[in-house]
Amino acid sequence: MAKRIDVSGLSAFYGTHKAIDDISMTVEPRSVTAFIGPSGCGKSTFLRTLNRMHEVTPGGRVEGKVMLDDENLYGQGVDPVAVRRTVGMVFQRPNPFPTMSIFDNVAAGLRLNGSYKKSELNDVVERSLKGANLWNEVKDRLNKPGSGLSGGQQQRLCIARAIAVEPQVLLMDEPCSALDPISTLAIEDLIGELKERFTIVIVTHNMQQAARVSDRTAFFNLAAVGQPGKLVEIDDTDRIFSNPSVQATEDYISGRFG
Amino acid sequence: MASTTPTQMDTAPPVVSGARSTGRAGDKIFSGLSKGSGILLLTIMASIAVFLTYRATLALSENEGNFLTTFDWNATGNPPVFGIAVLLYGTVVSSIIAMVIAVPIAVGIALFISHYAPRKLAGPLAYVVDLLAAVPSIVYGIWGALFLVPYLGGLTSWLNQYLSFTYIFDKTQVGVDRSLFTVGILLAIMILPIVTSVSREVFLQVPRMNEEAALALGATRWEVIRMSVLPFGRSGVISASMLGLGRALGETMAVATVLSPSFLISGHLLDPGGGTFAQNIAAKFDEANEFGRDALIASGLVLFLLTLLVNGAARMIIARRKEYSGANA
Repeated sequence: MAKRIDVSGLSAFYGTHKAIDDISMTVEPRSVTAFIGPSGCGKSTFLRTLNRMHEVTPGGRVEGKVMLDDENLYGQGVDPVAVRRTVGMVFQRPNPFPTMSIFDNVAAGLRLNGSYKKSELNDVVERSLKGANLWNEVKDRLNKPGSGLSGGQQQRLCIARAIAVEPQVLLMDEPCSALDPISTLAIEDLIGELKERFTIVIVTHNMQQAARVSDRTAFFNLAAVGQPGKLVEIDDTDRIFSNPSVQATEDYISGRFG
Repeated sequence: MASTTPTQMDTAPPVVSGARSTGRAGDKIFSGLSKGSGILLLTIMASIAVFLTYRATLALSENEGNFLTTFDWNATGNPPVFGIAVLLYGTVVSSIIAMVIAVPIAVGIALFISHYAPRKLAGPLAYVVDLLAAVPSIVYGIWGALFLVPYLGGLTSWLNQYLSFTYIFDKTQVGVDRSLFTVGILLAIMILPIVTSVSREVFLQVPRMNEEAALALGATRWEVIRMSVLPFGRSGVISASMLGLGRALGETMAVATVLSPSFLISGHLLDPGGGTFAQNIAAKFDEANEFGRDALIASGLVLFLLTLLVNGAARMIIARRKEYSGANA
């Protein structure tokens, strides 16, 4: 179910602008890795290179290697569509398909992968919604549009949609930044449960959140505006927040930044 | 308040009551203008309806034939006999043919411009499609008569040979292709630009995050279009089609130039003959007397009602799935 990500020498570009420079790191399976750092440091861009979403942006280009266990995502002949079926993603703003019902939203990924019997779909939808702690709230209105749910419910619907296809890795790009504190707590609890089954990478602006949910934390920084972002260090979350080995990390997490 | 702090009141500038709003006059003018335009529009529509109805009743009260079922238009005869059956049939059938041909092609072109074409190609292509809309309809008519009619023979005989079992493509009369089918093709070309450019605008407005949702699930480009773009653009495409249909229903010169009119209803679309409301009015108006014109106006009223009906139906289709539309996301 869960695979290790091994990134080496990865740089990403928007046209001629280099957004992130020469990043190497390992993300352990069945764990939560948080990316923190100031705005514009490239942590979201880096996240999007892990499922080849970066290259759908016009001018987006990547150099380097991302190994998922022993397969290079940027290898010759690797289909980015296949990569995205293996590496799921949850976005900053909840984006359920507005024209689909709750059921169809969750089943959307499965229907892409082939034809399923109605009973199989029912099982997967129920399992995924339960996995996203949303089942009890929506089980009576699966045929209602997903856009009618609250923001926090929509985000959990998006998580259900992502885990329905049983990805190897789940990427989350600031999944709580558009949510209220109670919904945020619900998502954080959910992340704790999901890491039993998936490799999770989460970008967050909220350092308390990184400290609460993650096992390992990576700190990104950039030398100046317009410069590419770099990985400063990655370590166990406890160490990053108590005794980081780089001064810049300590300055950032203690608020003495910029 | 005022009695306790008279000095402050004197020195401090009044905040609320005295604050001068520079936009007040502009507000009034603008609201008057927009209200006036709205009322003017309704008045014009009502006047047209009243005018058409009044003149139409004058003619209808003298009509010796059944207005709905008579296959003839002899309003100047004695007694006057005229009916809209052929015109209604011809208008609806030629417009349906036009929609069936034009809407899929237009959606295809719009998707190509918005999602497939490289940016360098998309701009000029969109411009060329928009240019098609600027060609006057008489030019389409002349082109249709001089080019489409003589060169359509290959297609129509092919359809006749292989698809005659469908009845509609069974050509029973030998003759030039001045048929409702030809008119439909011509109308399709004429409504293509409007349907294309409105659809393209809608497709370009699909929120990026809707498309990324599909991409992140491992959707191919076509699957992204099917899951995110088309559902979002659905009501826009319907509106675009209705704009096109409005033009097809009312098109006059191009139809009058291409069709060889006759007062027959034939299910064989390739057979020459038939007529449409607008074409019939254009053909008969000049030589009609006062009463003949009233009769033509009666047919115009039916076209007016037909257009209203089509637009109402389109609105209902859009409203029925409103909660699923992208607008409330």
